[in-house]
Amino acid sequence: MFNFTEEQIKRYARHIILPEVGGKGQEKLLKSKVLVIGAGGLGSPALFYLVAAGVGKVGFVDYDTVDFSNLQRQILHTTDRVGEPKVESAKKTLKALNPDVELVAYNTLVNKENIMDLIKDYDIVLDGTDNFPTRFLINDACFFAGKPLVSAAMLRFEGQCTVFDFRDKENSPCYRCLFPEPPPPGLVPSCQEAGILGAIGGIMGCIQATEAIKVLLGIGEPLVGKLLVMDALSMDFRKVKLRKDPGCPLCGEKPQIKELIEYEHSCEARF
Amino acid sequence: MAVVVRVPTPLRRLTNGQGEIEVEAGTIREAIEKLEEQYPGFKERLLDENGEVRRFVNLYLNDEDIRFLKGVDTELKDGDTLSIVPAIAGGKLRV
Repeated sequence: MFNFTEEQIKRYARHIILPEVGGKGQEKLLKSKVLVIGAGGLGSPALFYLVAAGVGKVGFVDYDTVDFSNLQRQILHTTDRVGEPKVESAKKTLKALNPDVELVAYNTLVNKENIMDLIKDYDIVLDGTDNFPTRFLINDACFFAGKPLVSAAMLRFEGQCTVFDFRDKENSPCYRCLFPEPPPPGLVPSCQEAGILGAIGGIMGCIQATEAIKVLLGIGEPLVGKLLVMDALSMDFRKVKLRKDPGCPLCGEKPQIKELIEYEHSCEARF
Repeated sequence: MAVVVRVPTPLRRLTNGQGEIEVEAGTIREAIEKLEEQYPGFKERLLDENGEVRRFVNLYLNDEDIRFLKGVDTELKDGDTLSIVPAIAGGKLRV
């Protein structure tokens, strides 16, 4: 029937027992490939759960090194690894968790030259990045490649998550339907200026991992066409409609964006 | 019409930390004017110089994006909730 080892049957027993997953679903996960961009506050919990779940191949991209200021929320990394590349630190943690999973570390910045190559071997992409230029680049690249994208963002006590299913480009909205272009530099703060409660990354990263697994297994209703908005201070979760915008410059009726573009990065802020 | 405006955390320094503000208004534009009266600075953060909603802020009336209604001219009903959802990116500087 299934080609599970004894150890795998034990490891994934709590999945296999779920009717929505079962042996078939677990086998599907073991054959799936997920790319997580950003091994930080969102990427840490998302990667933990994707690897624990037995996703067959998990890639992760980050160019940065572990800093003391990351450890309050980026739980893949440890105090003794300050100064190490984040992807190396992530690989150590994830390898110890589940040796079943093929782990691929990309110690690089994402840019328009490398992104199509980075995503091409994966079934789904998770955006756990921290800036608008990269978010738009990932959105556009996943749209062109027809890959589902699970996007989440967080700031202070807030989180947002949605799924763009670019396997169905005709119907799925994209990030540009939500926000057509990046805010002008200086109008929206980053976590560096605004702060973030560490555990928010845990909530939102776990939601991303859950949505990715739902898409991979084809179960439930992923957040396609819906934006989840979370306010942890009132612990309020709301879903609002995210419609495909006919005027969207990327996926609308008269698209103006036909190739990847890179916006300038800026760290100024005052929203 | 009495409506509730949900304020995201980045804008709560304008509202002394309040996450929900009740205003009396007939349209969304009027609701924004009322907010501006009580909490100066609100309007310029939501609307551009032409009085349109800024591209990186979305307003939802209940669960519908107001761009798919009548924008800021959308009429309000008693008990409506207007949510302000700004674009956020989060994290560190670059990935």
